[in-house]
Amino acid sequence: MRAFDYIEIRVPAKPQYVSVIRLTVSGLASRVGFSYDEIEDMKIAVSEAVTNVVQHAYGSHEDGEIVIGVALYADKIEVMVSDYGHSFNFEEIKSQIGPYQEDESVELLREGGLGLYLMETLMDEVRVNNNEGGVTVFMTKYVTREQVKENVQSITR
Amino acid sequence: MNVNVQFREDGDLLLGYIEGEIDTYTAPILRDELEMIRITEGLLVELDLSNVNYMDSTGLGVFVAFYKKIVKENASLKLVNLSARLTRLFEITGLSELMEIGKGGATNARI
Repeated sequence: MRAFDYIEIRVPAKPQYVSVIRLTVSGLASRVGFSYDEIEDMKIAVSEAVTNVVQHAYGSHEDGEIVIGVALYADKIEVMVSDYGHSFNFEEIKSQIGPYQEDESVELLREGGLGLYLMETLMDEVRVNNNEGGVTVFMTKYVTREQVKENVQSITR
Repeated sequence: MNVNVQFREDGDLLLGYIEGEIDTYTAPILRDELEMIRITEGLLVELDLSNVNYMDSTGLGVFVAFYKKIVKENASLKLVNLSARLTRLFEITGLSELMEIGKGGATNARI
């Protein structure tokens, strides 16, 4: 028997589907046994990844798609968000992210660019692959130990 | 899923009551609503977020943009009655150090 269940969702890269993905992943995460707060964190992280594709990767051409792959293990969840649009430079973006600083002047406050920072803060692991013009974000979150004991059967059986 | 904003004006105080989910789909609606506010010097805008049950960086971006406009016009902004989830979002992004976040006091009447 495989150690995980795999679910794949494919949606048009349009803003109205971001909430659909968020709610789907939330439902799947509750099957693994995550706590309310962990699931809420995950909803934000997944929305950030999907929003990033919707806002940037596709630009003007409208028929882009987003593929979301979710692997459910006994003690963790892996979420993959992939597009086949334009790639972005992860290192470059990463160097520009971070929380707002108190001494930043108000006029210079960034209005965007917090997405990647939130993904890294709210998930346990985040990796981004650029390949053949597409970008794939892999995110992992682990269940805390006591919760695994209670819920381990829901995935492995 | 949607976001809804209602305002009530009381002299130099403008109360905004926001409810719903704020993400990349609904953020433009919120932004448009906030852009319609005529900001004058000395105006206090108090936004009640107690019924905002989801928000991500797109929502934060809308509030940051609005905050910048407020500061430019010598007005002030206060975000009130945030859930624990929203408070956490403002804290981990460092925004709670910059913007005034608290409980709605005497001005906290429901609209």
